Amino acid sequence: MLGYLLRRILAAIPVMGVVALFVFLLLRLTPGDPAAILAGDNATPEQLDRIRTSLGLNEPIYIQFYTWVAKLLHGDLGVSLISNKPILEMIGPRLEPSISVALATIILSILVAVPLGVIAAWKHGTWIDRFVMGLSVLGFSVPVFVIGYVLIQVFAIDLRWVPVQGFKSISAGFGPFFERIILPTCTLSFIYVALIARMTRASMLDVLGEDYVRTARAKGIGEAGVLLRHALRNAAVPVITVIGSGFALLISGVVVTESVFNLPGIGRLTVDAVLARDYPVIQAMILLTSGIYVGVNLLIDVAYTLLDPRIRY
Amino acid sequence: MTTANPSNVVLDINNLVVGLGRKADAHRIIDDLSLQVHEGETLCLVGESGSGKSVTSLTVMGLQQKGTLVPSGGSVKLVGEELLTATDRRLRQLRATRMAMIFQEPMTALNPVVPVGRQIDEVLRAHTDLDSRARRQKILAMMEHVRLPDVERIFSSYPHRLSGGQRQRIMIAMALVLEPKLLIADEPTTALDVTTQKQILALIRDLQRDHGTAVLFITHDMGVVAEIADRVAVMRHGRLVEAGPLQDVLRNPKMDYTRNLLSSVPSLVPRAPRPETSEPVVLEANELSKVYRERSLYGKAREVAAASNVTLTLRKGRTLGIVGESGSGKSTVARCIVRLIDPTSGGVRLAGREISDLSRRLLQPHRQKIQIIFQDPYRSLNPRVTVGESIAEGPINYGMPRKDALVRARELLELVHLPPDAISRYPHQFSGGQRQRIAIARALALDPDVLVADEAVSALDVSVQAQVLDLLDEIQRRLGIALLFITHDLRVAAQICDDVAVMQRGRVVEQGPAAEVLTNPQQAYTRALLEAAPGRGWDFANFRPVSEGIVATA
Repeated sequence: MLGYLLRRILAAIPVMGVVALFVFLLLRLTPGDPAAILAGDNATPEQLDRIRTSLGLNEPIYIQFYTWVAKLLHGDLGVSLISNKPILEMIGPRLEPSISVALATIILSILVAVPLGVIAAWKHGTWIDRFVMGLSVLGFSVPVFVIGYVLIQVFAIDLRWVPVQGFKSISAGFGPFFERIILPTCTLSFIYVALIARMTRASMLDVLGEDYVRTARAKGIGEAGVLLRHALRNAAVPVITVIGSGFALLISGVVVTESVFNLPGIGRLTVDAVLARDYPVIQAMILLTSGIYVGVNLLIDVAYTLLDPRIRY
Repeated sequence: MTTANPSNVVLDINNLVVGLGRKADAHRIIDDLSLQVHEGETLCLVGESGSGKSVTSLTVMGLQQKGTLVPSGGSVKLVGEELLTATDRRLRQLRATRMAMIFQEPMTALNPVVPVGRQIDEVLRAHTDLDSRARRQKILAMMEHVRLPDVERIFSSYPHRLSGGQRQRIMIAMALVLEPKLLIADEPTTALDVTTQKQILALIRDLQRDHGTAVLFITHDMGVVAEIADRVAVMRHGRLVEAGPLQDVLRNPKMDYTRNLLSSVPSLVPRAPRPETSEPVVLEANELSKVYRERSLYGKAREVAAASNVTLTLRKGRTLGIVGESGSGKSTVARCIVRLIDPTSGGVRLAGREISDLSRRLLQPHRQKIQIIFQDPYRSLNPRVTVGESIAEGPINYGMPRKDALVRARELLELVHLPPDAISRYPHQFSGGQRQRIAIARALALDPDVLVADEAVSALDVSVQAQVLDLLDEIQRRLGIALLFITHDLRVAAQICDDVAVMQRGRVVEQGPAAEVLTNPQQAYTRALLEAAPGRGWDFANFRPVSEGIVATA
């Protein structure tokens, strides 16, 4: 098992290498002089020269790549063109809101969606099944910001149970932290509950038709045992896949929610960087997102081998 | 053993009706079925596919698809207790304790993500109060009882580590660990090789003798019936055709349907050999080998020889059979010969031309000389393409105008005894046997010199099987086609092959005229295969044991 983990981590290195190369070339392959792009439209020739020297743009391209990667490995992601701050310092404090909301969303979604999916599959064709599937369609089709604003109106403005927006670090106490992430979490959960419940139901329906489920029933064990011990574990692999890729998307793709709830997360950082053409920040964000993706996929693969003994490692 | 003493009736089915859906006029899947199984007795329920035998067994267990298959009349009593009106809870209590079931597919009947020992343990946990040590001991004892080797290791193994025969033993151990009164075995050996089948049948017999279990044994195979039954019940279209003691049914079947069913069973005694011919050799395989290499990024590569040094010769108008158990490499050889997969080494000569090393493009003109028919007619035809298009596609690819190709398709349908209007219909509108005829017509559309039939009749009921075999014979006589016939069924091989090659673990162990190899085998493995053929003592088509036939003709 340990050997397998090590091999998988080793295999992730070339993947990240390709991503790094792509990110590096992104700036170099953009039409025009990178220095001119970085300096903006009204730059003087001296300013351009300074930027070229500071970025090492006068060196041969492989030397540039080497220096860039060497810096990356030392944790130096470069400096923002807009704020002139080191990018690492910009990302650091923004990770907590993003990761907190993403984790909370995934946990809440699994707790709600997996039982819903299991019940829908078990009661296949009945009104319970149709109700769950209807809910799922609703979750897919209502835009995230609509759900967000409705929740704010009801729970923050009318009922005044929680603050309207903002974020407090967990280091400031669990209460303030929790009451500020609960609405964004619920908002995001809608679509993930829809997704995971659907996947669970489809996967369970497949598995419930399998011979070994009939065998389990023939043994005279109760329905709960049949559903949980025999069916769910076999149905889990596709569900885990959806959950994993959902989590990776959540970390970086929740711009709307972050805007609605005024959360200082990395989604907004990315959008701001794109709008301002802050290339070093964009590069860093692409690297970070890819890293998370590769990491989550690694975890999913490990989960597969734990769930299914037939998958060899 | 068969005593009609009403006191020891274990399973008593009376006038059972099972309908498709809840409506009063629903189509009856089971129609007025009555049968009894006594203590210590094996009742074989025989019938072709769709006869309702599996529905009967699932209904007894209460495992039929709820809402779709609805028992609407009659009664099913287990040791006097009515099952049709029993609550779900009561049925759960009875399962595994009073009645247990084993299924056809040992490969899929066990949960792949739970160790097999724990799967047996579940039965004990659900129905007994034993502590974990007592349970484990009981399970290990039971596993030894079903003659599993190395029980400690197997106890904690996952199903995919075990062979088909071992998995079926686990299923039997699971079914019998609480000594139920009734064991329902639904085609328990159909998916197994003959040698394994023989062991499993013997095991069921012995366990039954030791425990006095009543066995309801469902099968389509008359050979298996002859091996294991005390009494036989024949079903057709959900109705009981006839029932009686084994000897009565095999010797003096009263109903036409039973007579036909028995007459369709191919004999193990090879048909009279056809005279040797000096027709040209159309197909030669020379020291053909296929090695699969499993490469891994960091570990060592593994090699598996699926076929090694296979040499075969086939003349025009003749039939060569390749027989062997699963994994013997017979299908690999067939696929190498047709170049669906590429042989690792060795040669294939088709009509005098070496084709084993031709590139895909150069192979193209030779492809039409060799065509293949597959085992499962339900999956080998594209469901979204009309029968006519399927048949005409080959000739069109080889440049025949579409109109001519469709005319040809019509002629071929006639040749395989299907109506001409079949041309515009879709595969799902045909039965298994008809589909296999379509597959044959498709293969013949290219005028091949060689037809490869890979288990082409194995998925068919015996009566349909007999018709398809007759058809192949007729086509061979009319067109002079050479037939390479791959089968695991020695009975079929005996009836259609001029020569046979017996394969084991990728090698040909014995080869020669069918009449010699199948009556006077020289190799131990061939002898073992023949020994294991179920019902080898019976000449079903003549309603008598083989020994009496020899006396009669002597």
